[in-house]
Amino acid sequence: MITKLKNEWFGNIRADILAGIVVALALIPEAIAFSIIAGVDPMVGLYASFSIAVIIAFVGGRPGMISAATGAMALLMVPLVRDYGLDYLLAATILTGIIQIVFGVLKVAKLMRFIPRAVMIGFVNALAILIFMAQVPHFLGISTMTYVFVAVTLAIVYILPRFFTAVPAPLIAIVALTAVVIFSGIELRTVGDLGTISQTLPSFFIPDVPFTFETLQIIFPYALALSIVGLLESLLTSQIVDDMTDTESDKNKESRGQGIANFVTGFFGGMAGCAMIGQSVINVKSGGRGRLSTFVAGALLMFLIIVLGDLVVQIPMPVLVGIMIMVSIGTFDWGSFTYIRKAPRADAFVMVATVAIVVVTHDLSKGVLAGVLLSAIFFVAKISKLKVDKAIESGVIRYNVQGQLFFASVEDFVAGIDLTERESKIHIDFTESHVWDDSAVGAIDKVVMKLRQNQNEVLITGLNSSSRKIVDKLAIYNQADAKLSVH
Amino acid sequence: MYSHIVLAADGSDNALRAAKHAVALAKLGDGKIEVVYVADFKKAKYEVLHAESNEALEYERRQKVRPVEELLIAEAITYEVKILHGEPGPTIVEYVNEQGADLVIIGSRGLNSLQEMVLGSVSHKVVKRVKAPVLVVK
Repeated sequence: MITKLKNEWFGNIRADILAGIVVALALIPEAIAFSIIAGVDPMVGLYASFSIAVIIAFVGGRPGMISAATGAMALLMVPLVRDYGLDYLLAATILTGIIQIVFGVLKVAKLMRFIPRAVMIGFVNALAILIFMAQVPHFLGISTMTYVFVAVTLAIVYILPRFFTAVPAPLIAIVALTAVVIFSGIELRTVGDLGTISQTLPSFFIPDVPFTFETLQIIFPYALALSIVGLLESLLTSQIVDDMTDTESDKNKESRGQGIANFVTGFFGGMAGCAMIGQSVINVKSGGRGRLSTFVAGALLMFLIIVLGDLVVQIPMPVLVGIMIMVSIGTFDWGSFTYIRKAPRADAFVMVATVAIVVVTHDLSKGVLAGVLLSAIFFVAKISKLKVDKAIESGVIRYNVQGQLFFASVEDFVAGIDLTERESKIHIDFTESHVWDDSAVGAIDKVVMKLRQNQNEVLITGLNSSSRKIVDKLAIYNQADAKLSVH
Repeated sequence: MYSHIVLAADGSDNALRAAKHAVALAKLGDGKIEVVYVADFKKAKYEVLHAESNEALEYERRQKVRPVEELLIAEAITYEVKILHGEPGPTIVEYVNEQGADLVIIGSRGLNSLQEMVLGSVSHKVVKRVKAPVLVVK
């Protein structure tokens, strides 16, 4: 236990510190941009990123994964902040933490398996589109210079890495272009125009909200949505980090860890966050593997803000916008276009529907919920396809049942059998079927009894062992007439 | 002479061509072939997102080296498949330099110089940095 912990922290010191530095630098613009999306001061996102990263370094289940303030969470908070203000957001953050801890204790991570790939793909695509849409008001129709700076930023972040990778390109874009603006006096909006940056450490305080049932009613829906979306992105990210590092991680511990991090962060003036796919990939690519990398990323971020806060407020908004466009392009799953063509129609539809619902409602949790429900309906529709073939062999009418027999497919089963038959030998063969529930047994009963009323000799054959178990337990047709055997 | 050959495979036709040369050289001295496949970091997000499960993803990767494996089975060569994770070029280099090999065989996509600049040539990187003889199969 101790050696494992020691290894998770200090097994990779040099590379973890270097990767942590790279991530801290990449986190700053995102934390600011996500605060702006949520409609709060940049400090709320910066404190959150510091606090969440540092706490998750200790309590997370996936070493090397980066958690901080994220776009997915920021987008969910917009109406809460707009209608009720920052204190309600902090209260919701604390409640999010509590809900996530409960989810973690109840081992909800297992339920992730029930979220189909189509919904996950829709989720990241919707997230990318929303992040991009959130940037539009910051560059569209402001000034020509704004367009120029967005374009130059994009050029730097996409072209420079082809030749030079020692320093992250977004950092070069920020430093170089901020310097250009400061020294040339070009008129551009800056981060400082949208909020203030205080060069102090976060401090503990209890959010100023009335402790009433009404408050709970306001924040609970938000906290629930934040909990679900936060865990969804965190668990997806942990799967990606697991794959990249070829190691396993504790998903329930991660859920609890996310909860603890959000719970504490809410008391220190930070907004709810979760794991970040992009930053975690950057961390692993830069050599980060251990808990130390996450810790360094968070701690260094805070240090840089305290030291360089004056300069950070002078970052021109178009540069930040350019970087966020890069983030949204990186978040989007470009394989989706092939997916839409090649995946089964129902899956492609679920994916597109998830994206559409999120883009319309601006609520990732609604898209995910709708996507899961749609997939479930499609799954039931697919699995409930049942075929009954009829053949007459040497005076015996044989029905061959193919498919799953359960509540959704019993009608097809009953319809597939001719109940008007009289005085015949009828065999119903279940070799290619499976009997699942009461409805299925009820349907078999009904069919057998009806046929028998018409003086038919009915034989049920080919039940597999679990089907036979349920039929034996529930069916009444073979109790009414002991001569009829099931085999 | 070549008792331990590392064959870099990425599921392409080039890799299969390289495998044929690996077979010929392995047969010279009853050599063993280690088939190395690198799951590219760049594709990690895409692959995890599109895979039904971990098991399905592992299976898909294994399928990529399947043609090479079939060839080695048909030729009765002792082999082992190793799936690594990272950037293809540096990962192969690091692995070979740590484990050692008598020969590294790698297929080349035959990129022109512009593509090479943009995409980066894996075989080029391996030739430059690996501390073992390298055979690039065009």
